[in-house]
Amino acid sequence: MALFKRLAEHQRPVLDFTLDGEPACGLLGDTLLTAILTSGAHLRGSDFSAEPRAGFCLMGACQDCWVRLGDGRRVRACATALETGQQVLREPGRRP
Amino acid sequence: MSAVVIVGAGPAGIRAAQTLVEHGVHPVLIDEASQGGGQIYRRQPANFTRPARQLYGFEARKASALHQTLDALAGQIDYRPGTLVWNAEHGALDTLRDGHAAHLPYQRLIIATGATDRVLPVPGWTLPGVYTLGAAQIALKHQGCAIGERVLFCGSGPLLYLVAYQYAKAGAKVLGVLDSAPFSAQCRALPELLEQPATLGKGLYYRAWLSAHGVPVHQGATLERIEGGQQVQRAVWRKGDQLHDTECDALAFAHALRSETQLADLLGCAFEWSTLNRAWLPRRDQAGRSSEHDVYLAGDGAGIMGADAAEMAGERAALALLQDLGQTVDPQRCRTLEKRLTRIGRFREGLEAAFPFPEHWAEQAPDDLVVCRCEEISVGELRAVVGEGHWEINRAKAHCRVGMGRCQGRMCGAAAAEIIAHCSGKALHEVGRLRAQAPIKPLPFGVEHDA
Ligand SMILES: Cc1cc2nc3c(=O)[nH]c(=O)nc-3n(C[C@H](O)[C@H](O)[C@H](O)COP(=O)(O)OP(=O)(O)OC[C@H]3O[C@@H](n4cnc5c(N)ncnc54)[C@H](O)[C@@H]3O)c2cc1C
Ligand code: FES
Repeated sequence: MALFKRLAEHQRPVLDFTLDGEPACGLLGDTLLTAILTSGAHLRGSDFSAEPRAGFCLMGACQDCWVRLGDGRRVRACATALETGQQVLREPGRRP
Repeated sequence: MSAVVIVGAGPAGIRAAQTLVEHGVHPVLIDEASQGGGQIYRRQPANFTRPARQLYGFEARKASALHQTLDALAGQIDYRPGTLVWNAEHGALDTLRDGHAAHLPYQRLIIATGATDRVLPVPGWTLPGVYTLGAAQIALKHQGCAIGERVLFCGSGPLLYLVAYQYAKAGAKVLGVLDSAPFSAQCRALPELLEQPATLGKGLYYRAWLSAHGVPVHQGATLERIEGGQQVQRAVWRKGDQLHDTECDALAFAHALRSETQLADLLGCAFEWSTLNRAWLPRRDQAGRSSEHDVYLAGDGAGIMGADAAEMAGERAALALLQDLGQTVDPQRCRTLEKRLTRIGRFREGLEAAFPFPEHWAEQAPDDLVVCRCEEISVGELRAVVGEGHWEINRAKAHCRVGMGRCQGRMCGAAAAEIIAHCSGKALHEVGRLRAQAPIKPLPFGVEHDA
């Protein structure tokens, strides 16, 4: 289930990407966070309890939105633009 | 060698850059964000089409003026967007851009790094769907999104009503506004608030608009906890001795703002206690000079004063820097800026009285509340460490890792200090401040170093 709701700027080109291996899509101008949270409800599992997290500050401060890209890079979803063909992986976090 | 460097391209940094250029000095302007404007005047991506009026409301004219100023400086300054300053040592900064690290020496530095939301956690605050007020605004302004279908706004401070209004106006379902400040506080603060009648007027307008559009506004209402399994389902809140609950799928909360002071700390600037901000802040004179001869401070990063003050402080700090370089600057302009800043300072005191800090938060925080969301440290764990005698915040950090995680205490630092002070019976300022450590934000692995 999606977390975010689009209210404006609907008329933009669609960009395809994969989320945990499944096909997904966002719009040109989306951050990774927006693209993921308009189709899903979390970005990562927390490091210590694997509880779902979906970012918190959206301004690069809380560091609770890191995701992994297909090329191995780890990036902050709130501060990274969606690109077509990106392979985005949500890390499950550690279970206690 | 780059003589003058400014960190932060918000209202303060942009006005500082403009002032320097007007006097023939061409600075480097660095910002982590990919577009200039700072927090309040954050720009939307280039292919978005909403007009400034829709994005910035009453501030549209100021936003456009600031953006135009930055655009007009192209070619006259070395503007480096998308660049994080992650370390600072006397005379040099370390930066990171697209995975490339670089070393940037400076002769003089203006720090204009702004602020983030001040957060007082409640149980359930790590659930997906819970965001800061600032985050809720960024989702809308920068991405055209609401943080959920049915949103509740809580906490206190001017952003509370502003963001709720912006959401309702943009067509989001706003379930209500829970303001922890009682109405009586706002009445008592009126004399100081009248220092800035236009700003006061806007605040009153947002409130009246919300009420007129059927959005319930509750004053003296405190968020107790947020419930849900995998995401937010319900908020439980208290008004007087009555508990209420509201079904919602998103919630935004914060209690005003806190300054980003890490670079000033790394550079050895002297700090002093600010009762108004409930924080240790880098000391500065009226013009923005820090205790270090080559470091200047401007905007919310040196104490929360708002966007108009940030513009003035940026200009004033740049003028001080020019004076110190031996240039002649207009003394009348300096005095005018200082006078205006003093007046805004009085308004700021009024705001603090109108939206008083919830003094009972620390006392009421349950032991199982997670205070540090990075390391998942509970209030109880922190209290236990304080009970062992570790009431200095960096000692407490060393013993239970509060503030040691990836956010470096940006989200938990203010709350942790409140808990430690309450638990140890010390005054808040005695607890001290979390020391900044490089890198001030996490660096990705595989960073390449440029010569
Ligand atoms: C999310 C948010 C929303 C706000 N909205 C409003 C509003 O609608 N109305 C209002 O009156 N006030 C608002 N405020 C208050 C606002 O912060 C100030 O009024 C104003 O933006 C302060 O200007 P500034 O230039 O001091 O800092 P900012 O505008 O915050 O700019 C600081 C800049 O410094 C950059 N920066 C910080 N650290 C680094 C670093 N280490 N390396 C590189 N770059 C760095 C940041 O990316 C940022 O762009 C908001 C504050 C926040 C946090
Ligand atoms: S949501 Fe806080 S850093 Fe991205």
